[in-house]
Amino acid sequence: MTPNPYLWVVPILPLAGAAINGFFGRRSSKTAISAVALVFCGAAFAMALFLAASFSAAAAPYYFDLAHWIRSGDFQVDFSFYLDQLSLVMLLVVTGVGFLIHIYSVGYMWDDDGYYRFMSYLNLFMFFMLTLVLAKNYLVMFIGWEGVGLASYLLIGFWFTKDSAAAAGKKAFIVNRIGDFGFLIALFLMIKHFGSLDFTHVFAAAQSLPAETAGAGTLTAIGLLLMVGAAGKSAQIPLYVWLPDAMEGPTPVSALIHAATMVTAGVYMVARSSAIFDRAPMAMMVVAIIGTLTALFAATIGIAQTDIKKVLAYSTVSQLGYMFMACGVGAFSAGIFHLMTHAFFKGLLFLAAGSVIHGVGGEQDMRKMGGLRVYMPWTFATMGIATLAIAGIPPLAGFWSKDEILWKAFNASWVYWLIGVVTAFITSFYMFRLMYMTFGGEYRGAAGQDAHGHVAHGHDDHGKGHGEPHESPWVMLGPLVILAVLSAFGGFVGYGNRFEHFLAPVFQQGAEVAAQGTSPEAVKSIEYLLMGISVGVAGLGWFLAYLLYSRRPQLPARIAASLGGLYQAVSHKYYIDELYAVLFVKPLIDGSTTILWHGIDQGVIDAAVNDSADAARHVSDTARHMQSGNLRSYAGWVAAGAAVVIAYMVWMGVQ
Amino acid sequence: MLHLLLFLFFGAICVAGAINLLVQSHPINSALSLIAVMAALAAEYLLLGAEFVAAVQVIVYAGAIMVLFLITIMLLNAGAEERTKGSRIAILLGIPGVLIGGVLVAWTLLNRSNTQSVPIGALKGDPKDIARLLFHDFLLPFEITSVLILIAIMGAVVLASRPRAAASGARKDAG
Amino acid sequence: MVPLSYYLLLSGILFVCGVLGFLIKRNIITIFMSIELMLNGVNLSFVAFAAHWHALSGQVFVFFVMVVAAAEAAVGLAIIIAVYRTRETLNVDQVNLLKL
Repeated sequence: MTPNPYLWVVPILPLAGAAINGFFGRRSSKTAISAVALVFCGAAFAMALFLAASFSAAAAPYYFDLAHWIRSGDFQVDFSFYLDQLSLVMLLVVTGVGFLIHIYSVGYMWDDDGYYRFMSYLNLFMFFMLTLVLAKNYLVMFIGWEGVGLASYLLIGFWFTKDSAAAAGKKAFIVNRIGDFGFLIALFLMIKHFGSLDFTHVFAAAQSLPAETAGAGTLTAIGLLLMVGAAGKSAQIPLYVWLPDAMEGPTPVSALIHAATMVTAGVYMVARSSAIFDRAPMAMMVVAIIGTLTALFAATIGIAQTDIKKVLAYSTVSQLGYMFMACGVGAFSAGIFHLMTHAFFKGLLFLAAGSVIHGVGGEQDMRKMGGLRVYMPWTFATMGIATLAIAGIPPLAGFWSKDEILWKAFNASWVYWLIGVVTAFITSFYMFRLMYMTFGGEYRGAAGQDAHGHVAHGHDDHGKGHGEPHESPWVMLGPLVILAVLSAFGGFVGYGNRFEHFLAPVFQQGAEVAAQGTSPEAVKSIEYLLMGISVGVAGLGWFLAYLLYSRRPQLPARIAASLGGLYQAVSHKYYIDELYAVLFVKPLIDGSTTILWHGIDQGVIDAAVNDSADAARHVSDTARHMQSGNLRSYAGWVAAGAAVVIAYMVWMGVQ
Repeated sequence: MLHLLLFLFFGAICVAGAINLLVQSHPINSALSLIAVMAALAAEYLLLGAEFVAAVQVIVYAGAIMVLFLITIMLLNAGAEERTKGSRIAILLGIPGVLIGGVLVAWTLLNRSNTQSVPIGALKGDPKDIARLLFHDFLLPFEITSVLILIAIMGAVVLASRPRAAASGARKDAG
Repeated sequence: MVPLSYYLLLSGILFVCGVLGFLIKRNIITIFMSIELMLNGVNLSFVAFAAHWHALSGQVFVFFVMVVAAAEAAVGLAIIIAVYRTRETLNVDQVNLLKL
């Protein structure tokens, strides 16, 4: 462990940017605001590159203690930062993709009135995310954890005058909170059993305990509770409901927070806690099951959505399920690898979707799009590359990471693998469906026609008379191109298990990896067979989408009609939101209204104050008659009082 | 025996005068009955041997203070009392209160106190002795009371003086 | 020989009559006279006790009480005159501006 004094500078830079834009942005010019935001974010990225360049596996992990925080008896928590291979990967992803999205936002949000607020919030989010990633103990990580939740709330509800956006922000924060509760209980358990929240202490203590194969015990409890927190933050079953609603926010927000960085915090946390999970097989199994089920579940919802951002949202939930499946079977580095490639192609998909929405004047319904490849060639090309990546077509990035996960899942249980393959098929299908509906065929929308003024008052309002669909400016296209290059070639870092070797010291699976490096030929052939199956399945999904949405566009409606109720359920997301409303939300609101509001607040607290005031008023109202201004009544009172005193004295004398 | 008779005689005059003060409606009648009470009290003081006090009672109380009252009654042209709605509290609470207090005190006096007799002229209230007490032992209260009288004089003059800027028409015919 | 308690009873009767007059009468001057009656009753009890205990300072105290009563009567009557000037009434029930 070597100290590295530059670690704390990385989060502080975007914080400074957020503060400057937040305090002074209202009266600054848009150029100044953009400059501040980009400079500080870019500086953080530059620092990350510098740290990567000077990173040495021998000297790793790096740490830095910034300041004391809690010193209470034996328990101690400080503001400390930590950099090892895992943090380095996350750091580069967060700062790199974050910087590209900042550049994109300059173009996308330029016409918005709250421009300075947006850039300030983006920088604030970067600060919290970097704190989360660079933390050396769970409590500093929790600061970042909560902070990104806050930034997410601020950014989802950015257009707060819109009721649905404000409600979506609240929903995200509240559902996150439920997960955070689990996280906190896990922290409390750690403090009680390990006496510390520092990574080195906790993991050393965890490794000294035996593996809990019985499925019960401290480590299992901690693992399960950590998974609750991760399920909230990373939108897994049952706490995923906030992510589709979060599409109310501007598209750069969806790209940055709900694709590339914040939702991956859960995966990072689980990967970081690998020492705990390694010794709690029951918790790992739960992680894997949740991840697998979520992947399939969300993918099925995705095929029936018509809003382009909702398709991508459910796709994100599904891909996060893959990452948790990977962590659940012990392939932590595969999960992180998929996290990295997913940041590239999902970020690209969202940014490209934003470019599409911007180009058609605010319309988000795919049924009103089509034929846009003619109007937006660059967007079409980059989005196409991302779609190939997510579908898992070699040699793009998604193929390498997804295949790694499926291979490791197969080694754990063929059930995981089968569900993963089916999900890959569905993923490919709905992604190419998106491509064909958006870019293929003829344009079905209203932009450029007389009736387009009304369409513009949609979600991302940019269509103030832009005319027919048009390509986006280069400030938006530039990041798209860079991300497309990364989606295409970014997978090669995992070639030949190099990624795994790089992350091995973190996951202490050195022995396992070394063994895998020299796997026998029979195992290798199975691996190639599975690879072929997954590619074939992806191609099958592509073909089906081509068939239904390009060759015979009237078929989907006929299929939907013949499926009837099943199709209705899927397109209404299995009515989960309505179920939660009935099970949890309504009883809570009713109970709160009846008991807490009417019963206690009005009946007890208000009544106590009001009634005591009333009582005082009544008493004084009665007592004021004593002061009548009449001399004789005063004399009467005096005489009566004197009689009482005399009686008392006589009585005392008699005693 | 004579002592007791004289005491009862003058005592009766006191009580009669006091009750008459309560009963009369015109204040002048009340004032005159009060003078009678004071005169009888002076006689009581004499019976107790306090000549100086008796003399001062007649000179100061009956002679100066009551005259002041009479002058005021004449000045303000006070007439007979009208019946106005007064305070019920005074009647309801005050009269029973004072009666109860009085009864209690009387009961205490009659039952519990020693009924030693006070002989006639028991204590000679020599002016010389009183003067020695006044100017020797009680000099400070004496001086303070003279200051008090001075203050009372100044206060009475200020209070009763006519307002400077009073218009002549606003002034009632008060003298 | 007259017992002390007889003197004190007489003093008590005078005092009670004074209080009753204060409570019953409506003319402010009569009320003042009731106060003087009360003071006289108290004076009697002082002198009786002075004679009983052979303490001359009881009579000296009576002297002081009379002085104070004189001062009080002077100031009180001046106040009555001042009130009469503004309120034009000697009825104490009609001077109740201090009511709540």
